[in-house]
Amino acid sequence: MDILFQTWPWYVSGFLIGIVMLTLIYFGKNFGMSTNLQSLCSMTGLGKRIAYFDFDWKANRWNFVVVLGAMIGGFVAVHFMSDPSNVSINPETIAQLSQLGIDAPNGQLMPNALFGDQIWQSSKSILILLGGGILIGFGTRYAGGCTSGHAISGLSNLQLPSLKAVIGFFIGGLIMAHFLLPLFFRS
Amino acid sequence: MNVLKYLLVGFLFGIVLTKSEAVSWYRIYEMFQFQSFHMYGIIGVAVTTGIIGIQIIKRNNIKDIKGLPIEIQEKPKDNARYYIGGISFGLGWALVGSCPGPIFILIGAGFFPVIIVLIGALIGTVIYGALKSKLPH
Repeated sequence: MDILFQTWPWYVSGFLIGIVMLTLIYFGKNFGMSTNLQSLCSMTGLGKRIAYFDFDWKANRWNFVVVLGAMIGGFVAVHFMSDPSNVSINPETIAQLSQLGIDAPNGQLMPNALFGDQIWQSSKSILILLGGGILIGFGTRYAGGCTSGHAISGLSNLQLPSLKAVIGFFIGGLIMAHFLLPLFFRS
Repeated sequence: MNVLKYLLVGFLFGIVLTKSEAVSWYRIYEMFQFQSFHMYGIIGVAVTTGIIGIQIIKRNNIKDIKGLPIEIQEKPKDNARYYIGGISFGLGWALVGSCPGPIFILIGAGFFPVIIVLIGALIGTVIYGALKSKLPH
């Protein structure tokens, strides 16, 4: 039973993510999480003013149910399947992060420096999370998909456009992780 | 719509992404520093499983659950949108460590500051929707 509580190995996790995608294809749907962002905006009636949101979001209700299931899964995994041995990242990474003033995981998924309760009192912290979200939302809808739609589904279907998007994801990610993040966090 | 089957697929997805720690900010940072194989292994095995599965579906003309032929949407053959949109996405992904799936999963798991990321992602979606006709694709 220990295996349930420890960090799941990459080969088990990767295989199961592939199965999730294939199951949705078998259900006649496409695996894509960022479509939900568009549907959520459309739900508010924004389609009357912006054509991009003028579509029948109710046809994507199944995807909201997938999201709801995923949220419950996240809750169960964090509250009932956690272990202090989790998130054992590379010690070099931990050393590097401490220079940026970012705390070590100690079994936690998210650093307090970015996601602790104190961030509600810091306009800089809120702006970082909001800005990151804007880049994600704008980028994923511009590129027409995110990690699930392009990196997993698109590459699995051997689509060249998805490879271009994934190359873009990595260029952006490397610039942020190596050059910009240290500017935001070096105290 | 049979709600339960989508709920179960989502539940599995949420558990796997959390237990593999693909939802963890630390794992994303570590991946972009090339200091662990973990995330590359996950993505690599997921894509390999997907390629094999899709080939099996295509070669055997497997029908979906309703007996209809399975058609996987082709992505438009553009360039600018994938590189510019992709880079924007990557900048955000490495900053807050979560892509759209994990944003929802983490909120469900009780990491409420991630709600700010979700609000940002919705604002970003509206910005794209509003500017769509003026952007190169």
